[in-house]
Amino acid sequence: MPTRIPEVVRKAAFALTASTALLIGTTACTGQSAAGPEDDASKETTLTFWHAWSAPNEVKAVKALVAGFEKAHPNIHVNVVGNMTDDKINQALRAGGTKAPDVISSFTTNNVGKFCSSGALVDLNPFFKKADIDPNTTFPKAMNEYTQYDLNRCAVPLLGDAYGLYYNKTAFAKAGITAPPKTWSEFEADAKKLTIPQGDTYKQLGFMPNYHGWETTTEHYMGQFSPTYFDRSGRSTIATDPGVTDAFTLQKKLVDDLGGFRKLEKFRSGLGDEWGPKHPFQTGQVAMQLDGEWRLGMALEAKPGFEIGVAPLPVADDQADQYGKGYITGTIAGIAATSKKQNAAWELVKYMTTDTAAVVAFSNAIHNVPSTLAALKSPDLKYDPRFKTFLDIAANPNSTTSPASINGGVYLTTIQQLGYDYESGKVTDLRAGLKKAAEQIDTDIAQAK
Amino acid sequence: MAATHTLKAKHRRSALRTLAFLSPWLIGFAVFFAYPMISTVYFSFMHYDGFRPPTWSGTKNWTYVFEHYPFFWPALRNTLWLVVIMVTLRVLFGLGIGMLITKIKTGTGVFRTLFYLPYLAPPVAATMAFAFLLNPGTGPVNSILEKAGIPAPGWFNDPDWSKPALTLMFLWGVGDLMVIFMAALLDVPKEQYEAAELDGASAWQRFRFVTLPTISPIIMFAVVTGVIAAMQCYTQPLVAGKVASGVIQGAGTMFEPGYPEHSTLTLPQLVYNLGFQRFDYGSACVVALVLFALSMAFTALLMRRRGGLIQAGD
Repeated sequence: MPTRIPEVVRKAAFALTASTALLIGTTACTGQSAAGPEDDASKETTLTFWHAWSAPNEVKAVKALVAGFEKAHPNIHVNVVGNMTDDKINQALRAGGTKAPDVISSFTTNNVGKFCSSGALVDLNPFFKKADIDPNTTFPKAMNEYTQYDLNRCAVPLLGDAYGLYYNKTAFAKAGITAPPKTWSEFEADAKKLTIPQGDTYKQLGFMPNYHGWETTTEHYMGQFSPTYFDRSGRSTIATDPGVTDAFTLQKKLVDDLGGFRKLEKFRSGLGDEWGPKHPFQTGQVAMQLDGEWRLGMALEAKPGFEIGVAPLPVADDQADQYGKGYITGTIAGIAATSKKQNAAWELVKYMTTDTAAVVAFSNAIHNVPSTLAALKSPDLKYDPRFKTFLDIAANPNSTTSPASINGGVYLTTIQQLGYDYESGKVTDLRAGLKKAAEQIDTDIAQAK
Repeated sequence: MAATHTLKAKHRRSALRTLAFLSPWLIGFAVFFAYPMISTVYFSFMHYDGFRPPTWSGTKNWTYVFEHYPFFWPALRNTLWLVVIMVTLRVLFGLGIGMLITKIKTGTGVFRTLFYLPYLAPPVAATMAFAFLLNPGTGPVNSILEKAGIPAPGWFNDPDWSKPALTLMFLWGVGDLMVIFMAALLDVPKEQYEAAELDGASAWQRFRFVTLPTISPIIMFAVVTGVIAAMQCYTQPLVAGKVASGVIQGAGTMFEPGYPEHSTLTLPQLVYNLGFQRFDYGSACVVALVLFALSMAFTALLMRRRGGLIQAGD
């Protein structure tokens, strides 16, 4: 039979609940250290460095890079932790603590805006100034751009990725095409010539234009149209930027001309894994591929049975003078705001990202594009002659990237979503779709502020 | 006076004893329910990115989620679809399989094992296996359908078929319900069937008036736990969408869950997307609260609808 709860029990229960509510107010704030770095980088210390590389050769390369640093700075020891995802890095940057990293590196540049605006990573401008290093003349333009937000440089490029065009030279010869396309008009014509139907599918597809395709993301395409994305007040310009409209129009035309969305999607769903040997470019199922510099090594390793050609991606017909540019992104490094060894951490970051010999050696080992202008020109770089295309794209001042935003890459996913809807025919009025997407981007940014 | 004092001391001792016995529950309740619950409500009114201290934002997060966040309504519709369609089919299928297996005379153990084993498959592995089987281009299911002259669906690649494909996968893993239903069915007193048979009841009437009332508490259990599981559906639609879309999250690329066309997006995915991908904890808390309210509403509705079917002795 139920009885009245004793008063002392009720009071205790209330006190417990109330105290948990009070706890919220006291524990919810992570708080940031307002004081500047006070550690002495010349004294004996140990840093923790988190990175995302996981393949054995990559882990070995990171170890070699860090070993080089420790040799140059015998008093600073580095505890290297690999295979870290961005989720874990985010959590550690928020929580801090003794096991949290002092230095992090991340594969995606999408979070840079968030890291900078929130203060999760420290602003490196004072460090660069103190070291008398000018980031504007040290790093390629696009890389310099994606590592800062609103004049806060909270990240540094640590090797980069450049996007270009891979093409099947053997298929080109069979189709009577003598050179890689330089403009999108030429590209479109070549893609059609290279497409060989087989029943209701393809024996060979000239190019996979669907945004759900391999690396055919909106920002990779749009890099060739040099869009602005945002105006000076930070509002989205995608509805007014002709480059964005041109990119969407071209992509949709390619989808329609090469067989239509449904047919292409069905073909795509049967293709092999992007990171495996059955990648459709490597198997000869797709004759042209928009991809990063890493594809060359992977494709060669797969022994594809045809000659691989590499070239910059085409440009718009009215921008023919800018042929050679490309989309750039890459790995970034930064110092955790919660780190109590920021001066020592800066020594590590400075070494990894600005020491030409270190950057070149790391690039040689990882097969990514070097992230300083000096390293890009270094005679010590070892590479397949075709890799030079990506070095040139990275150094090209017209190459573009997608700028950092306060809410990370949310604006890119909004654009990507419009791309999905437009290519599938769900959205037919591109102008209206772009306007709506621009409003969404502005709303999302307002929500993040 | 002394007697009153002794009585009070006795009451206090009794109260403290009660409190001591209750304390594990009270601590558990405070730590695992009250604190997270109050925190979620608190943060739903705050602007909080996990880095800077939270600031008061009033109803901004609520307005954002309900009016401006483009994924909320599609995710809510999908979640409700799974709750209604998938749970119903799972219960019916589990019950049907359970009944069939209790009826067969030989090989019960084999069938029981065959139907139970898929339930043990890890969700990611099971989803990837189904994505392979139902691949529109190379999957064996579509090859067979095409050979039979039946139009082959796009399954996880088609917004109209992605949820049915998910449901198919969940039906495949119905072993847990089958076992529970089998136990319940074997527990129905045989005398009742015999009496009904003597009264001339048909098979349907025996099921309707003997089996169903007896196992109704188990059906209720299956429905309520099924509804809660459907509300929390996260891994399978995420993996299915990711595999089918072919988009790998790498440098310069992002994957928004829900492929194709938001059709596999669920509310728990939004909580993750808002909280851990967008760092918008306030809005993530709003979605979490909606999810909680919906779970409570469904459970309350079902418990009321059972109309006293579960008795004290059940």
